[in-house]
Amino acid sequence: MPRADGYTTFVGTGAGRRIASALGLPQPVPLRRYTPGAPLVEGPVLVGGHGDTPAVTALRGGLTAAGATLTETVPDGSRLGGVVVDLTAAQDPADLESLRATLAPALKRLGRCAHVVVVGRHPEQATGVAQRAARRALEGITRSVGKELRAGATANLVLVTEGAEAAALGTVLFLLSARSAYVDGQVVRVGDAAVPAGADPSAPLAGKVAVVTGAARGIGADIARTLHRDGATLVCVDVPAAGAHLATVANEVGGTALQVDVTSPDAGARIAEHARTRHGGLDVVVHNAGITRDKLLANTDSDRWASVLEVNLRSILRMDEALLAKDGLRDGGRVVLVSSVAGIAGNRGQSSYAASKAGVIGLLDGYAADRGLARRGVTVNAVAPGFIETEMTARIPLATREVGRRLNSLAQGGLPVDVAETVAFLAADAQAAVTGALVRVCGQSLLGA
Amino acid sequence: MTTPRRAAVLGGNRIPFARQFGAYAEASNQDMLTAALEGLVARHGLAGERLGEVVAGAVIKHTRDFNLTREAVLGSSLAPTTPAYDVQQACGTGLEATILVANKIALGQADSGVAGGVDSASDAPIVVPERLRRKLLRLTRARTTAERAKAALAIRPTDLGIQVPGATEPRTGMTMGQHMAITAERWGITREAQDELALASHRNLAAAYERGFFDDLMTPYLGLTRDENLRPGTTPEKLASLRTVFGEGDTATMTAGNSTPLSDGASTVLLGSPEWAAEHGLAPLAWFVDGETAAVDHVSGDEGLLLAPAYAVPRLLARQGLTLQDFDYYEIHEAFASTVLTTLAAWEDPDFCRDRLGLDAPLGSIERDRLNVTGSSLAAGHPFAATGGRVVATLARLLHEKGAGSRGLVSVCAAGGQGVVAILEGA
Repeated sequence: MPRADGYTTFVGTGAGRRIASALGLPQPVPLRRYTPGAPLVEGPVLVGGHGDTPAVTALRGGLTAAGATLTETVPDGSRLGGVVVDLTAAQDPADLESLRATLAPALKRLGRCAHVVVVGRHPEQATGVAQRAARRALEGITRSVGKELRAGATANLVLVTEGAEAAALGTVLFLLSARSAYVDGQVVRVGDAAVPAGADPSAPLAGKVAVVTGAARGIGADIARTLHRDGATLVCVDVPAAGAHLATVANEVGGTALQVDVTSPDAGARIAEHARTRHGGLDVVVHNAGITRDKLLANTDSDRWASVLEVNLRSILRMDEALLAKDGLRDGGRVVLVSSVAGIAGNRGQSSYAASKAGVIGLLDGYAADRGLARRGVTVNAVAPGFIETEMTARIPLATREVGRRLNSLAQGGLPVDVAETVAFLAADAQAAVTGALVRVCGQSLLGA
Repeated sequence: MTTPRRAAVLGGNRIPFARQFGAYAEASNQDMLTAALEGLVARHGLAGERLGEVVAGAVIKHTRDFNLTREAVLGSSLAPTTPAYDVQQACGTGLEATILVANKIALGQADSGVAGGVDSASDAPIVVPERLRRKLLRLTRARTTAERAKAALAIRPTDLGIQVPGATEPRTGMTMGQHMAITAERWGITREAQDELALASHRNLAAAYERGFFDDLMTPYLGLTRDENLRPGTTPEKLASLRTVFGEGDTATMTAGNSTPLSDGASTVLLGSPEWAAEHGLAPLAWFVDGETAAVDHVSGDEGLLLAPAYAVPRLLARQGLTLQDFDYYEIHEAFASTVLTTLAAWEDPDFCRDRLGLDAPLGSIERDRLNVTGSSLAAGHPFAATGGRVVATLARLLHEKGAGSRGLVSVCAAGGQGVVAILEGA
């Protein structure tokens, strides 16, 4: 499994730190990542905000139950493990002072890899322009804070619906925890759907059957491992030619391997039937399979073009006819799509890939507006990985790779498991009120931001 | 004959077969059998599972592999509490292993099991000449320095050397091909008919790959995704141009094209009781109905080395109350094209059926478009002990596609004048 890159390790040494500091080079730190049984955060979590902080009130019990020690004042002696600032009560841009007043002293006391979570309300649900302006301002503040933070710390914004603040608990916990190590500068929107209670926090996917396409290696393999760790039963799908790696992953997670090309006309039906007959049903679909055939558009022939769009986008449409049918995904099911920062920002030499990954976002928007899916309690969300350390990115020429790796607030590439953690977060029952979300796992990459 | 309960073929997995010294030149039997087993475990979600038993074997075996199958189990994701044993019945090994597992399941002695086989013609054991071996053992037994010196000095430079095991019959000194050439000539099997069968084998196997037939039967290994021996583009002209390699003079008909090549590979088949299958969400592909073995006296020349299946099948048909025509598919192992053609000719021959089989009428002919419909050993290759598992899994899948109640016949000839045959029924 890929680990921290050489430069990050070097900067982690005393000499490395001094050299990087003297030269003004980026100083990435190894990110704190989730391990089962580890505490939610390392250190107390500062909670505060504006007015009567309704979100903090609604979330307090859940945060405490998850093991967080909440504090309303910045402690003198110790470092903060995280910060939750509640601006849901903000009515006017003047109220943003509460955010500054809470956050400014806290930032100087943040522990290593501590996470800042700002909670606000949806701007489009505002009752007046001043309120809307205040709500929209939170995005600018959060993204700026993300860029100011050092030592692996992150800042993200959660938008909640009035009266349904508790539905955001899972999202706030994810963003506070080490599971979201490489998620930075993001806005996650939470609706008002009822959230089922009672999932075991150490196995949030217990009893669920999950299909992961492209599971033989890279990000897909880590998605399978992570969903398995969280309690799911896995159906690992990949092309027959990748069968050897696929078998290794399937056996590692105690799941089943299904060798099928996602572009074959019966792929969706075969996957649905496999899940039904072998595992009794289907709860989670992760459309991860993807390929690149990078070339400048001027040099791209129709075969290359078609193969990328076929595998990365059209296959999803075709498979979902079977997977999202009534006898496919069960009610309350989860679909997680894998887009890419390239689909948001575009990338030189990746017009076909960017087309497919931007298309995935269109698919996401379409599904999110689908009332039939909503009635069945099915959520559809997407992750957009930035620079992730995989076999694929290891093939990028050194200089290009090094630039790609550092052009983000955490000054390092993410690991496949970072994407996998975000997928697992979106796949959990607790995220019933999150649908249509596109969560970038990019360390707040400058690309497309 | 009825069995206490039915044993189901639930699935299979093999690695693509490689040609000798090809993609698997560096792979051991244990490596290949473990890989085939791992793919089977993954396909059927058996990681951590304790199975009733795993039964497999290899024809060419290193002495270190005395517990080959058990070691493969320990190297796999199956529970280490899964017992295993090796069997060896030459090329009949894989099918015999299937019969053994199916019988235990039928008798209620096991609920599940894996049958398989593996062989490497590349990673062959090399032994020292017999005379040297005896002298070395004497040296090992020596207790005093004087004895050791004496034993050591007894070894002469002329004793040194190595032997690679050959494919000769110990009692006749002839290779299998030489034996088959005699039988083929006796039965008047033509070169054209043999080449035609070889061509069909390649075309059928290639077509099966094209339609994804093997997607649920195979897991790639060491970069190989299809059988290395497969020649999808072969033509009658190419096959006709090959020189003969067995038999002598103008009557020789057997070429490298209509004989199986030496190969490396492994195969496995998952079997289980209907209850065990249901508990694991597995739908039976086929039922194992019955099996039979036979042997002939090839040493005296009374019968051809590879014709034992011609005797085993009528016995099996009689026991099951079936005729040779009652089958939807026939899987007759293509050791050589002439083996298949001779066997078919024997069943059509009134004299053979009367004099040799003691039958009133010949068994008759079969519809040739039901024979080896997804190719056989001529195209796929033939890693001796792995062929049975390949055939059983392939046939089970074909019968499942055909539907419940369809029937298939398997016939595998083996060294030592033996033959193993079996009947499967679609589930």
